[in-house]
Amino acid sequence: MTLHKLSIKQLADGLRGKQFSARELTQHYLGRIAAHDKDLNSFITVTPERALAQADAADAVLAQGDGATLTGIPLAQKDIFCTTGVRTSCGSKMLDQFVAPYDATIVQKLDAAGMVMLGKANMDEFAMGSSNETSYYGPVKNPWDVTRVPGGSSGGSVASVAAGLAPIATATDTGGSIRQPAALTNLTGIKPTYGRVSRYGMIAFASSLDQAGVVARSAEDAAYVLQAMSGFDPKDSTSIERPVDDLVSGLNQSIKGLRIGLPSEYFADGLAPGVRERIEQAIDVFKQLGATFSEVSLPNSPLSVPTYYVVAPAEASSNLARFDGVRYGHRAEGAKTLEEL
Amino acid sequence: MSLSPEQVRQVAQLARLQLNPEQVEPYARQLSNILEMVSRLSSAQTADVAPMAHPLEMTQRLRIDTVSEPNRRDDYQAIAPEVQDGLYLVPKVIE
Repeated sequence: MTLHKLSIKQLADGLRGKQFSARELTQHYLGRIAAHDKDLNSFITVTPERALAQADAADAVLAQGDGATLTGIPLAQKDIFCTTGVRTSCGSKMLDQFVAPYDATIVQKLDAAGMVMLGKANMDEFAMGSSNETSYYGPVKNPWDVTRVPGGSSGGSVASVAAGLAPIATATDTGGSIRQPAALTNLTGIKPTYGRVSRYGMIAFASSLDQAGVVARSAEDAAYVLQAMSGFDPKDSTSIERPVDDLVSGLNQSIKGLRIGLPSEYFADGLAPGVRERIEQAIDVFKQLGATFSEVSLPNSPLSVPTYYVVAPAEASSNLARFDGVRYGHRAEGAKTLEEL
Repeated sequence: MSLSPEQVRQVAQLARLQLNPEQVEPYARQLSNILEMVSRLSSAQTADVAPMAHPLEMTQRLRIDTVSEPNRRDDYQAIAPEVQDGLYLVPKVIE
């Protein structure tokens, strides 16, 4: 079976056309995880019982002729999003035994959309890393070449999607944790505008930079799931209170006349020749499709990394102070003083 | 700006991090490089730039000052390492 090569739209059509049920689709992916994930380590926790229960619920909805595109479509949730009844580790020993007493807003939303959670994807510890080698649960391998890293911190998310162990996965990005691993595994990843997707129930790293998004095998797949994740949430004080654009209906529109800016600072020394070549090939494709390009300048770009190294560590040290072994999480054995906790 | 080996040892102690003597010098050098990179920020001209709290035009929302959350004390205590009579237990702090 090659179900794992189909797009989300094709899977949705197959479910509606009764070519396969949501249970069969879920079993197909669970089978692939069991067969291949020992080589990749892309999941920290696989949740077959929860997945099959969600799949059966989706089948019941579909049998009534109800449901939407995402009903019965499986996904991997990055293990940074809180899930009731399922351990949320954030890739850390600190949270090895932590089962959250509530769901993240995006978990709630994607559950409500009828999606089926296959499990929780591996990641760099507390989302700090660019190689997925810092997880307490071991490194994730790049499915294109298991001697290479998949990037990070969303390394489990991208490895699971690139290997066809999940059709799509959620991810988070503070300083590149969606975009860089997506690039390293030939996927489409998007860090949406800050405030577009709720951060409620998403374990914080650097709150003024953190944002949730998706990694997918196409812009089309990403659009369907990002649409369902997005929207105002009163539980996140930085959430944007405005309607979500329709990401799906414009997918097949021509890009003729679209003007794309190329920041000259991004093509400076240090750009690997192979990467430059690929970008130039992509530019040619867009040109053939009718888009035009103009060179622009973002003169403050060289200051972005120094800014990041002030903001991110400062906010991380505030956010991680909560892992003190008092209210939840790991507590050192036989601790006799507060410091030893 | 650079960090001396003595400052690195002090920071490690404050952060409760164990540091082997041979790690001190490399860390001092690496951390000094980071400070060097961060110091590039002082070249930015910010006199006419208004402080930004959010990338979009947004004001901080305030909620009405009423109880909106259910009492879930038992759920929250159930995941704590050590509790007694509804209180979190920690080692003795004051002798």
